[in-house]
Amino acid sequence: MSISGSPVQTVAPQFDNRPRIYGRLSKPQLHDALRKMILIRRFEESAEEAYMRGLIHGTMHLSIGQEASAVGSCLPLDDRDYITSTHRGHGHCIAKGAEVNRMFAEFFGKEDGYCKGRGGSMHIADPTRGNLGANGIVGGGIPIAVGAALAAKKQGRDSVVIAFFGDGANNEGAFHEGLNMASIWKLPVIFVCENNNYGMSTSTERSTAVRDVATRAAAYAMPGVVVDGNRLADVADASFEAVERARRGLGPTLIENKTYRIRGHSRSDRNRYRTKEEIASWQARDPILQLEAELTEFGLLTSDEANALRASVETEIAEAIEFAKTSPSPHVENLTRDVYSN
Amino acid sequence: MSTAIEAETAPDAGVRELSYAQALQEAMAIAMEADSRVFLMGEDIGVYGGAFQVTGDLVHRFGEDRVMDTPISELGGAGVAVGAAMAGMRPIYEFQFSDFATLAMEQIVNQAAKIRYMLGGSVSVPLVMRFPAGSGTGAAAQHSQSLEAWLAHVPGLKVVQPSTPHDAKGLLLAAIEDPDPVMIFEHKLLYKMKGPVPEGHYTVPIGKAEIRRPGRDVTIVANAIMVHRALEAAERLAARGIEAEVIDLRSLRPIDTATIIDSVKRTSRLICVYEGVKTLGIGAEISATIAESDAFDYLDCPIVRLGGAECPLPYNPELEKAAVPQTDTIFAAVSDMLANRI
Ligand SMILES: Cc1ncc(C[n+]2csc(CCOP(=O)(O)OP(=O)(O)O)c2C)c(N)n1
Ligand SMILES: [Mg+2]
Repeated sequence: MSISGSPVQTVAPQFDNRPRIYGRLSKPQLHDALRKMILIRRFEESAEEAYMRGLIHGTMHLSIGQEASAVGSCLPLDDRDYITSTHRGHGHCIAKGAEVNRMFAEFFGKEDGYCKGRGGSMHIADPTRGNLGANGIVGGGIPIAVGAALAAKKQGRDSVVIAFFGDGANNEGAFHEGLNMASIWKLPVIFVCENNNYGMSTSTERSTAVRDVATRAAAYAMPGVVVDGNRLADVADASFEAVERARRGLGPTLIENKTYRIRGHSRSDRNRYRTKEEIASWQARDPILQLEAELTEFGLLTSDEANALRASVETEIAEAIEFAKTSPSPHVENLTRDVYSN
Repeated sequence: MSTAIEAETAPDAGVRELSYAQALQEAMAIAMEADSRVFLMGEDIGVYGGAFQVTGDLVHRFGEDRVMDTPISELGGAGVAVGAAMAGMRPIYEFQFSDFATLAMEQIVNQAAKIRYMLGGSVSVPLVMRFPAGSGTGAAAQHSQSLEAWLAHVPGLKVVQPSTPHDAKGLLLAAIEDPDPVMIFEHKLLYKMKGPVPEGHYTVPIGKAEIRRPGRDVTIVANAIMVHRALEAAERLAARGIEAEVIDLRSLRPIDTATIIDSVKRTSRLICVYEGVKTLGIGAEISATIAESDAFDYLDCPIVRLGGAECPLPYNPELEKAAVPQTDTIFAAVSDMLANRI
């Protein structure tokens, strides 16, 4: 994949038929990526179950089926880098290194939660690791990412920022204004559109004038890349390239990960706008199963190793839920704590 | 003037029990049947039926041309509604949550509210905007606000806030027929509440408060869900020999000062109960109305305001409850106020 030239490119496999990522990452790193995807899946399934049992209130937006996009995009990042996330942000959070015990504690509204029980599922953040937060406002994180990149540039740091957002967000003004500023100031931002084909019930076909969101990159003179968002290797390849470009001071990239959300939009979705067949066709392309198959095919994973990964995820989830249950609840006297710094 | 919420509807008309959401939907259907200029815009109001199922299956009755799903573009969507209204249509624009009014403030405040006056009265903007508002659903800081006082601060807008299914239908029909922009705030916790609603067309006048319960000892002025909490508190107070008069504000702009002033002259005591943030809110306006009127001389004790806490709405359910007035809070405040009455 080259950077310049036509605005939309598709990630092409290398001549040895393996995506570049296999030359870049070691086997333990690949296992770690797979484990993170499984952790995201099991975290969300367990949260869903706890919600159904009445242990969690409010609502939540599950990213089941989109794990490759979260993990693959964050693979090139480390703690000096930032992300901004969305209402569907559990995966981004875990991919950026959040601990699931503190995430569960947040869901349970407890003091040990990432937001001390004040934010809930839609606002999990971990600024110590560069996660500037999920967001309840569609598109809200996009200009914030641009701002973080501006700060990094002004301070001479080589940090980069990934702004995650959905296909729905690409019709908000914040998207267009944010991309333009990132481009004119050549800021180290990677705009990652997770195109799951719907903003709530509205398909991209009905909401968006262009077929590929990535073509909008042309309007802001930056590269736009369309990626199979359910294939970890492709997502990671595109992200590595964009991150390197950003670190070299060459400015932003717009990446569009084509993916699909298997669950409803939120807890109250009746799925009236799509068919069971459509959902099933995407379930058949499950990103976790695909990665397992691919690693196995390339001789990088045995079934014993896969089972061990899954078992360790189960232990982590069970311990995290226990941690969350026993964490203290906030005191009502502290209702207005943290509105201001002092 | 009626004395109870139920007694308000004419006994003869075909009166059924409808939910608040159904009553709103019926108002829109009646208006769309009667007037081909009326059409609906909003996010996921078509086949999804709206985030709170207010538009429900209207898309099947009236088609996608009159029940238009918009992209997630609040600023643009609000502006399109303004333009359509100026050019002869009667748009009803649904915000998915009232919090997203913040994205559209430009069009609401700078355009819709001012165009008629700025242009010397040569054109009107007959549009309706609907805002699902309020806390109590565990949706946290960006999906729980009560911003009605913001918009009520703007001359050129009218702002109404029905508390019953009856008024929801009547005020929405009045809003649709009004030649100027009307903002209707709908409390999310009221959508499922049922109450008597007459069949067919009727309106509730914009700018008229309603006495929901007569009483001699104290006037409680409340809006939206607070009307119901005030009525519950009043029942409990009655058992203690305290007769509270409960006024349902219903309209914030124009505000019905006459009904409030008259009531305070009879009761000599005033409590304002509202969910929006206490400081610089609705309570300040009502208190000042009394301070500036001849009712001031009738006051037996200081006015009390019960409003939302000075913080964003928290996720944790106990904190969330503590952040807005509850029945117990109102009961305690009135009890305190009357503890040493002579
Ligand atoms: C400004 C704003 N408008 C509307 C909403 C309500 N809402 C929340 S998520 C969502 C759909 C977002 O779609 P997309 O960006 O594609 O993300 P996805 O849910 O598919 O991950 C909507 C309409 C919101 N939270 N913020
Ligand atoms: Mg989407």
